[in-house]
Amino acid sequence: MENIRYDLITALPEIIIVSMAMFILLADLFLKPANRIAIYLLAQVTLLIAAYITFTTHVPSVSYAFTNSFVDDAMSDVLKLMIYLGTSLIFVYSRQYIQQRDMYRGEFYALTLFSVVGMMIMVSGQSMLTLYIGLELLSLSLYALVALDRDNAKATEAAMKYFVLGALASGMLLYGMSMIYGMTGSLNIAEISGALIGADKLHSVLILGLVFIVSGLAFKLGAVPFQMWVPDVYEGSPTAMTMLISSVPKLAAFAFVIRLLVQALPSLAIDWQQMLMFMAVLSIIIGNITAIAQTNLKRMLAYSTISHIGFMMYGLMSASTNGFVYAMFYIVSYVLMTLAGFGMIMLLSRKGFEADKLDDLKGLNQRSPWHAFLMLIVMFSMAGVPPTLGFYAKFSVLQAALQAGYLWLVVFAVLMAVIGAFYYLRVIKMMYFDDPVDHHPIEAPVDMRIVLGVNSLALLVIGLMPEKLMELCIYAITRSLS
Amino acid sequence: MLNYFSSDYFFSHILSYSIWVPVLAGIAVLFTSNDNKPDTTRWVALIGGLAAFLVTIPLYTHFNFADGGFQFQEGFNWIPAFHINYHLGADGIAIPLIMLTSFTTVIVIISAWQVIEKRVAQYMASFLIMSGLMIGVFSALDAILYYVFWEAMLIPMFLVIGIWGGPNRVYATIKFFLYTLLGSLLMLVAFIYLYMNTNSFEIVDFYNYQMPLNVQILIFLAFFAAFAVKIPMWPVHTWLPDAHVEAPTGGSVVLAAIALKLGGYSFLRFAMPIAPDAAHYLSGFMITLSLIAIVYIALVALVQKDMKKLIAYSSISHMGFVTLGFFIFNNLGLEGAIVQMVSHGFISAAMFLCVGVLYDRVHSREIKSYGGVANTMPTFAAFAVLFAMANSGLPGTSGFVGEFMVILGAIQENFWYAFLASFTLIFGAAYTLWMVKRVFYGEIANAKVAALKDLCQREFLILAILAVMVLALGIYPQPLTDMTNATVTQLLSHLMQSKLPVGLPSGL
Repeated sequence: MENIRYDLITALPEIIIVSMAMFILLADLFLKPANRIAIYLLAQVTLLIAAYITFTTHVPSVSYAFTNSFVDDAMSDVLKLMIYLGTSLIFVYSRQYIQQRDMYRGEFYALTLFSVVGMMIMVSGQSMLTLYIGLELLSLSLYALVALDRDNAKATEAAMKYFVLGALASGMLLYGMSMIYGMTGSLNIAEISGALIGADKLHSVLILGLVFIVSGLAFKLGAVPFQMWVPDVYEGSPTAMTMLISSVPKLAAFAFVIRLLVQALPSLAIDWQQMLMFMAVLSIIIGNITAIAQTNLKRMLAYSTISHIGFMMYGLMSASTNGFVYAMFYIVSYVLMTLAGFGMIMLLSRKGFEADKLDDLKGLNQRSPWHAFLMLIVMFSMAGVPPTLGFYAKFSVLQAALQAGYLWLVVFAVLMAVIGAFYYLRVIKMMYFDDPVDHHPIEAPVDMRIVLGVNSLALLVIGLMPEKLMELCIYAITRSLS
Repeated sequence: MLNYFSSDYFFSHILSYSIWVPVLAGIAVLFTSNDNKPDTTRWVALIGGLAAFLVTIPLYTHFNFADGGFQFQEGFNWIPAFHINYHLGADGIAIPLIMLTSFTTVIVIISAWQVIEKRVAQYMASFLIMSGLMIGVFSALDAILYYVFWEAMLIPMFLVIGIWGGPNRVYATIKFFLYTLLGSLLMLVAFIYLYMNTNSFEIVDFYNYQMPLNVQILIFLAFFAAFAVKIPMWPVHTWLPDAHVEAPTGGSVVLAAIALKLGGYSFLRFAMPIAPDAAHYLSGFMITLSLIAIVYIALVALVQKDMKKLIAYSSISHMGFVTLGFFIFNNLGLEGAIVQMVSHGFISAAMFLCVGVLYDRVHSREIKSYGGVANTMPTFAAFAVLFAMANSGLPGTSGFVGEFMVILGAIQENFWYAFLASFTLIFGAAYTLWMVKRVFYGEIANAKVAALKDLCQREFLILAILAVMVLALGIYPQPLTDMTNATVTQLLSHLMQSKLPVGLPSGL
């Protein structure tokens, strides 16, 4: 009895969000369309309560629940708080957007909350099965969200692509997991790593299992050569969904990689380091070079995501505690930048106008200098130019890679960063140097303007004072990986 | 409790004030943004710029001339996770350049007074913020702090060229940005490498770190990539003529007067003291590039049809003197190079302002659009001829002092270096005076020139100030050389000590 209570308390935030998601679905049926704001507020309050519980029940030590298949450690708590924050921002940014496109319904909020639960389970999974369930809960919610706008042919196509390729990736992941299970006889992360200590590291089933797992993870992260779905899905989905797909789930995917590769398979580090290395280099090349040719802003950001994932992998492939800390720092910075970037696209969009072409940004400085300035910060941050947050993100992962002895890979990444800077600069060029084509006044609710301002300025402020965020990442990783 | 306004606090944080006063003034200017009332913006900018200049004056008055080390030091732990400190300090090389920066910013603000009419606040703010960031570059004693200032300074310059520039501005500004970024990222890799070995980003710790020659060469080349682009040295100079031609007058002035000095200064601050053996090893290479810049680029300048392009090439040629002075490793050469940097700051600023004066009236930078300007603008012609003489290194002007010292230094090293370098006195005179002849003398070329009005008070004021500076530095350069003397001696003695690890054969 005592055990069950303990288990339930450990997973309290997840339980609350699931219950609230179902309550939102029901409540939506009884609400008049004019009162939908209640649903929105309910969703925000849910996240707030979950954040409160996660924050107050946090202890620096590691505790397990549900017969060791669920873990509550510093990394999971920090990442969960980031996920709440990111999702809350998504709700703020997307409210007007989905209102104008007739998706302002309980389903959007319920599905998003389900995906949040999926991410939380991924973050806290201590058994391959838990991890997999979390991933599927996240993925299925996202497939449904992309297809939420039923009559939108492009979105439906994107959802189909996302679903088919995502299911394939899940299959690969599961297959890999089954091989590891076959070799070690356990699904539990700690037991797997224990069983592998004395094992034959060159056993082909083990290596094959690892290959499948890494491929599955790369699919979910969107790393080359498993990136094909990323641009199409980003472009086809409604911007609110693109924003969701491209941001917070990457935090969960990062935790997933840490749990599976770092915690379960540290004995195979030499093998997965090499795989990550190839994927990192390819992602940076393909991401940065292909982004240059894009005329669609969402598509460009998709390729930019691919290259960011490549940079993040520079931290992971160093296979040192520092490397993981910096990878986490990178992914958190990436999420903040992406949210601000897509937030700006949604701010500029209106009914019947998506603002997702590069040309739509033309002359923004003349229409609204303030918003042009915010987007300027976002773009320079993505390009990694100081004094923005993006600089420290790149700086730290490159440092980790250099420490691990990858001098020439670092030089290469640096050259690619210059190519990357070109397409971010082009966005700035459109905003500042060109004359506007679109003269509509920018209409957006006040809360969205304020939050977007804070979000973008945070990139500059944290860039000037990155210490706190870095300390948080150091705390999360060192406490969890001891 | 700390009293932020007490004079003690001020003098112990004077470099911070020099950096942040212009930056805050720039932000304040942004808040006055209103294109219907640009005069408010202009006055706020001018007051901010003057305040920023006044703040830097105690750097000279409170300077200890006998001390060659870093003075006015201050700092705190900025990002302990990476051992990055906010550590400022300035020596006799940095302070003249800091003062040059704040001085030039005031000139730029006045020169833009009636010229810039669209988005005045953003223009003024860009220059004020850029001025603070460049002073940051000159005074940072922590490599990453330095890097942050160095890169951040690109952002306002990128916008200045792109928004207020000429017809081909987008190409020019993106080229400028990417060229510089590429070089600086390689420098960043070098910083991280040094950090891994010293566990510190303090420049002084880098100075004391010993490295084998092949590592030093790689480090030196990484720095070279960053600084050679910035100076710019032949053959990575091609961004400069494009950027200058397209930039608005103020942008050209800051680029030529200060941005190029960032590269020269950084050679002295980083590349040479951190990798002195590599600097000696590669000095032949560096001197060759410098001489090519001096001679070949001067010839290129000779055939230019665009006045701004001509001055841009002349800048590259003059900066060749600076790098030549660095890499002959003697007192005279080094000090001459520093004088040359400061003097070129005044002269090139003045030359670009002169072109700006003509461009504002005729809207052409082509030499052939002019002729006989001296007949309609006598006062202006007098100034322009003075600056042209200074640019060609006439004795009595500041242009002469630096070049002469470098040539004297070069003779001590190798006669032929000096021989080739002194060609600049001929070519420099040739391209500058030929331009003056075609633009200012002769018959009045066309109706536009005939309708020209002479300098207004504002233009007269800035040109007069610059003329005084050029002459003062030419006749009595001692205040400047006094300031640099101790630092140069100390730097040279550091450069003469090998930093190769003891007990290891070199080349390993």
